[in-house]
Amino acid sequence: MFRKPPDFTYFGIIRAGRRQKHGGAGNRGPTPHCGTAGFFLLDFSAEIQDFEKMTQPSKSTECPLPLRKEGREKVTGRAQYVDDLTFPNMIFGTTVRSSVPRGRIRKIFFEGDIPWNEIVIVSAKDILGKNSVAHILDDQPCLADELIHHAEEPILLLGHSDRFLLEEARRNVRIEIDPLPPVLSIDDSLARKEIIWGKDNTFKSFLIQKGDVNQAWNKAHLVVEGEYVSGAQEQLYIEPNGMIAFAEPGGVTVWGSMQCPYYVHHALTSLFDLPKDKVRVVQTETGGGFGGKEDYPSILALHAALLSRKSGRPAKFIYDRAEDMAATTKRHPSRTRHRTAVTKDGRLLAMDIDFVLDGGAYATLSSVVLSRGSIHAAGPYNCPNVRISSRAVATNTPPHGAFRGFGAPQSIFALERHMDHIAAELGLASDEFRRRNLIQEGQTTATGQKIRENPDLEGLLKSALDSADYNKKSALFTKENRKPGQKIKRGMGISVFMHGAGFTGSGERFLASVAGIEATPAGKIRVLASSTEIGQGARTVFSQIASEALAIDFDDIEVVQPDTNLVPNSGPTVASRTTMVVGKLIESAALALKETLIQSGYLANSYTRGEFKNACANFIARTGPLRVFSQYQQPEHIQWDDEKYLGDAYGTFAWAVYVAEVSVDLSTFETRVENFVAAQEIGKVMHPLLAEGQIEGGVVQAIGYALYEDVLWKNGSMWNNRLTNYIIPTATDVPRVKVLFKENPYRYGPKGAKGIGELPMDGVAPAILNAVEFATGARVDRIPLLPEGLMKALQSPEQGRKMLRRGDK
Amino acid sequence: MTPAQKIIVTCTVNGERRVFNTFPMARLIDILREDASLTGTKEGCGEGECGACSILFNDELVNSCLVPAAHAEGARITTIEGVARGDQLAAIQEAFLEYGGAQCGICTPGMILAAIYLLRKSPNPTEAEIRVGLAGNLCRCTGYSKIFDSVLAACRKSGVL
Repeated sequence: MFRKPPDFTYFGIIRAGRRQKHGGAGNRGPTPHCGTAGFFLLDFSAEIQDFEKMTQPSKSTECPLPLRKEGREKVTGRAQYVDDLTFPNMIFGTTVRSSVPRGRIRKIFFEGDIPWNEIVIVSAKDILGKNSVAHILDDQPCLADELIHHAEEPILLLGHSDRFLLEEARRNVRIEIDPLPPVLSIDDSLARKEIIWGKDNTFKSFLIQKGDVNQAWNKAHLVVEGEYVSGAQEQLYIEPNGMIAFAEPGGVTVWGSMQCPYYVHHALTSLFDLPKDKVRVVQTETGGGFGGKEDYPSILALHAALLSRKSGRPAKFIYDRAEDMAATTKRHPSRTRHRTAVTKDGRLLAMDIDFVLDGGAYATLSSVVLSRGSIHAAGPYNCPNVRISSRAVATNTPPHGAFRGFGAPQSIFALERHMDHIAAELGLASDEFRRRNLIQEGQTTATGQKIRENPDLEGLLKSALDSADYNKKSALFTKENRKPGQKIKRGMGISVFMHGAGFTGSGERFLASVAGIEATPAGKIRVLASSTEIGQGARTVFSQIASEALAIDFDDIEVVQPDTNLVPNSGPTVASRTTMVVGKLIESAALALKETLIQSGYLANSYTRGEFKNACANFIARTGPLRVFSQYQQPEHIQWDDEKYLGDAYGTFAWAVYVAEVSVDLSTFETRVENFVAAQEIGKVMHPLLAEGQIEGGVVQAIGYALYEDVLWKNGSMWNNRLTNYIIPTATDVPRVKVLFKENPYRYGPKGAKGIGELPMDGVAPAILNAVEFATGARVDRIPLLPEGLMKALQSPEQGRKMLRRGDK
Repeated sequence: MTPAQKIIVTCTVNGERRVFNTFPMARLIDILREDASLTGTKEGCGEGECGACSILFNDELVNSCLVPAAHAEGARITTIEGVARGDQLAAIQEAFLEYGGAQCGICTPGMILAAIYLLRKSPNPTEAEIRVGLAGNLCRCTGYSKIFDSVLAACRKSGVL
């Protein structure tokens, strides 16, 4: 008997344009613009693979790993990114922005020796419907019409076929703005120095409570407090944001670099008040995203579409690096305060956490970034009493947005620095203090989520420490650092953390993502999903999943380039959800497609590649198109209370222990990461090479977050918005990362896979700063830690004493 | 403002003679991408920091965003499109494919040309030499390790660079 998995519903979709008699299920199907009109619930009668069987090592350990699906195009330069596309009669677009962080537009002057009659000019007046970028809230205008809320606020769009003339034109627009006093820091926003958003500058606040922290303080052996600050970080994908639009009467098509085609689709249908099938969004090959192409492409698509509509020509916007860095979203700056009660034997008794994010000028994604950051703020520890109070507040800076980790790197930085401070106060080793508090199966997180798997953090900690030679090196460095005249100090630092995969709480249930599998008459299989390949390997992993489920060649799978005319809404490509959530839908759809062929008599239970091809051809010839869609249904065990913010925040977590080894040059105060061990449990590792690449890349990006990447602000604008002075790690700056995987397959992921993409961003910065403190005694609780920051910390009298004490020991 | 006069620039790109009618201070990257339709060369920063626009210019590795068109007169230029022989990938391209050297792919063309330049000068580089050789090419996806693996693997492979 076929056992229908509890968490998914299958829709077999046959023949476009023909209503099925089982049409009652129709209202639950995928969006109608997929070119299909009828579908039926499949009747299953065969056994799917047992979950237990899926935990066995797969063939991929015996066979060579499949190569990156689009790798050939990428290594030959043939892959087509948005700036590589040109359309006949196309014009270029540029954006005239504010120069002040807050104010009121008085008058606009078009000056200089510019043929203004040739320039297409779009202002807020050209927007017929509601002037907003539709997302979670609609507070962000597409183009400012009167009030300015940040220094990069778009005011006008200019278009011309000559890019050079266009740039001259942009420089010759003068906008008179009556300035208003801006709010430029978390403190000023919290103090309500000016009210710049809503009633109290607060986009969102959360209160997560477990037990009662107030009754714990008296019982504590120690209460340790700390404040932790993190700066903004630019995603710095190497391909800047870009979009091309062509608006025709009654419809619009855009092509661009993006993570979330259906976000862009929603923004376009809302602004132009168009039916869904009149808006088409096509993702072009995307040169990195990291969250930076989650929400920003929506506003860019609106701009391109407005300019195209006004000019009647295809319009292309490609940001240069300076504009991309200044105007697009960055990681939220944060401030976290911890107050923690511990027992004499080093057990956590109470954690009181106050977490604040600077959201910038508009709400955008701040509420959800805050949510994830808050939920991760108490980490993977068992503590009976927890209070997490958090707010995302408005400032007059460009809106901050998604960046790999999505709030968790900020709150985990604070926690994992704080854990080291508590350990020091207790006189316990960093690893030992953590070991005494690691969360275990059956215990609950801050939101009361019962851990239903064995996270084996202790085992992970041991593997990581052994691999890093932690004990031996710690002893050696302690000894060497004491030597008189030692100019290079070395240190070891650790962090323990987790990352929840997929949307938070009931998020995935509301998304109700759909992905599909389609057979062609030639027996090829097409994967239909709006999840985008942005470098992480989605195309490759989707192909692996489909080919293994169908028992056909990897090369017989084609992953359709996301195009809202061709693929259903599989949700956004964010939140470490692509493999785990969408991959599972693809696996389910593929298994169902196979079942369809078997049940309809076209295919035997075991088959060759040729037989599979014939079966597809015969089915399609006699019955019509063969497509199967699968829609997400939340596993029943996930219970989440949105009001109280309690329950199962995530279906599962990936778990990790990272170890940093640093050297600090006391002549230059430069910190180098000499060795790095990243040990994690991510469920089934689908493609070890790609998975390692994700971890290595994430760790290096996070080394930048910890040590190099300093967004400097000047009057609400990014001051160092160039690669010359915003420094990211180069090939000479970073160590080889030793990546260790443990596999504890997750029942609801394809073959047991969990999410992985964001995890490596979370725990790197605290491990590095912990190692710097080990090496130098400098207590720095602010990132990035640049040499001047370390110098200052080490030269303060208090730190000097601390160093001496260490040296004397 | 007097508009600049266009000039004729003749050079060899990937073994083919090309004639460009362009402004003397036009950037080489633009004439390659727009006039020659060789869009494999990417622009990441426009100021010579990221290396995505790396090409070989008279066998030297240069950032094509910093080279004025007039300077290309008589030059021999290799872009990523000139690295493979038809469908036959160069060893370094095979290695990037097999060892995970390309993720999002936007730095890959420049990275491959930097690797070729390095391997022509130093056929068996140490990892330290590879790091220095690729230090002018930024990658935000890989953390560089898989790129080093790719270059090391290419050294072991036979075949054209």
